[in-house]
Amino acid sequence: MTGTADIAQRRFKRSVFFAGITAVACVVSAVLASAYGPLDISLQQTLDTLVHHIFTGIQGVETTNSIVVWEIRFSRIILSLLIGSGLAVAGTVFQGILRNPLADPFTIGVSSGAAFGASVAIFFGFSGTVPYLAGLGIVPFAALTGALLALGAVITLGSMGGQLKRDALVLAGVVVATFLAALISLVKSLDEDSVASIVFWIMGSLQGRTWQHVQLILPWYAIGMAIIWRFSRELDILSLGETQAQQLGMNASRVRLWLLVGASMITGASVAVSGVIGFVGLVVPHLVRLVQGGEHRPLLVSSAFIGGLLLLWSDVLARTILPEGAELPVGVVTALLGGPFFCLLLHRTMKRSSR
Amino acid sequence: MSARIAIENLSAGYGKTPVLHNVSLSISKGEMVGLLGPNGSGKTTLLMSLSGVRKPLEGSVSLNGTNLLQIPPKKRAAQVASVPQYTGETPDIEALSLVLMGRYPYISALGGYSDHDKKIALSCMQETATYDFAYRSARDLSGGEFQRVLIARALAQQAKTILLDEATSGLDIARTIEIFDLLKQRHNNGTTVVAAIHDINLAALYCTRLVFLKQGHVILDGTVDDVFTDENLTTIYDTPIHTFKHPVTHAPQAFFTPGSAAAFNRHSTGE
Repeated sequence: MTGTADIAQRRFKRSVFFAGITAVACVVSAVLASAYGPLDISLQQTLDTLVHHIFTGIQGVETTNSIVVWEIRFSRIILSLLIGSGLAVAGTVFQGILRNPLADPFTIGVSSGAAFGASVAIFFGFSGTVPYLAGLGIVPFAALTGALLALGAVITLGSMGGQLKRDALVLAGVVVATFLAALISLVKSLDEDSVASIVFWIMGSLQGRTWQHVQLILPWYAIGMAIIWRFSRELDILSLGETQAQQLGMNASRVRLWLLVGASMITGASVAVSGVIGFVGLVVPHLVRLVQGGEHRPLLVSSAFIGGLLLLWSDVLARTILPEGAELPVGVVTALLGGPFFCLLLHRTMKRSSR
Repeated sequence: MSARIAIENLSAGYGKTPVLHNVSLSISKGEMVGLLGPNGSGKTTLLMSLSGVRKPLEGSVSLNGTNLLQIPPKKRAAQVASVPQYTGETPDIEALSLVLMGRYPYISALGGYSDHDKKIALSCMQETATYDFAYRSARDLSGGEFQRVLIARALAQQAKTILLDEATSGLDIARTIEIFDLLKQRHNNGTTVVAAIHDINLAALYCTRLVFLKQGHVILDGTVDDVFTDENLTTIYDTPIHTFKHPVTHAPQAFFTPGSAAAFNRHSTGE
């Protein structure tokens, strides 16, 4: 009987260890990536700048190098960590509530809403600023509005008789996403001038993103994460199906709604600042599940760290792989990395289940 | 004895099509009821209605005098526990975590499972002989082991009523007997058990009352000795059936003759 307790402790230690390692990896990666770029800045100087900004906070004499490290690189790195972890967590949640391994943050149409909002803003050539966080331009706000409206539409279409059923939710999501994709095409066909910017925006990029983008995403990210963590235990029960969840005393419809809102807030805000970055939300939960099983609390934590790491390094690749300061959209990098990797994962999973 | 579960004129089903028609039953505290009947007779629908998952199209189900729909979900789950049918689909979740879900009705919105909950879960796992693989993923368990984990989960709910939907269908004879002995023991301590059972002899061995469903109607309802007869069984299952006394417990047991179903059908349609 002591053997059982031992296993429990070992299991617990292992998941804490895994989370710890990935967390440390995030910090180390953030520092290393800050030293990496077209402008040659030593690691020592990078570290000094970061320590100075984080721990003393005093605005001393800024050198070009410290501005590059703090304002340009580090803000972008923090943003990539936030978006990567957010998309991975949202993907985990969507796969859980829809009980569909192919679901990701973009299945449900929220990102299409954001893309549509952004397209409209680009189409009308809005360049004005919003009083809050001036300097961001209107596109992220239009995208966020679009995301929230799409979420509202999905919930309205997906709930029948006050119940949010899984099948109806999937269908509503697909319908909304398809319809919005058509609208985006319409906008593009109406104005050839804006096609390039719309396409580029939708491809997903972190180029030129600043602390203001971090500020825009942070409240949504924090509230979304808090909601998801609050209902993470319910996510396990929900994965057993509607009937069992109800028999265990859970209001499945209500829980599903909360999780949907939480995950959509994160997705919407992410897409609003970075465009559509695919594969992170699809691949990362699968990868982590393969390593440590389907229990959602550890799954969410590890997915967040791995997702952050993945996007951070994808973005480093995106900004350094082309010569002369040209950049790839990071969405292209994640898709190029994620596609083959997902095939491999699928192959392994199928081999395992056919055994 | 007062009725613990009162089913009045219940019609229930999927969408607008009723599977159960106008069923009325009253189940008292401490009964062990076997739900019997051919496939598609409405056993699962009836159990789903009793657990509050399937809302009645007409009529009502009440628990200790309160309409089931008016009881908040967590309170309901603290009074009625369900063991689902084995579907072959197992989650990649530790067995102990699955059993702990049985404590969900008792935890507060922000608090987690306490040490007390964990202790109850582990003791239920000991009762169902699942303790040794408490920390194994359910995906790595056999069908029988997994069903025992689900039964442990239902026990952890500490409900006064336990519903089982052919919960032992994936288990071998020894495990089946073990589980039913366990249920019998719970029943002796005052728990009401309602179980859909495919094996009519198993039902006759353990239950205090048998309810036969056919095409959504209750066609027979009574004590084992009253209803478990040659004529009744032969009519319900469209197959000649003979009953004899069990050599040890003297409960009636049914016997079938190979090849008789087809002959009986020809005979009864007048060919």
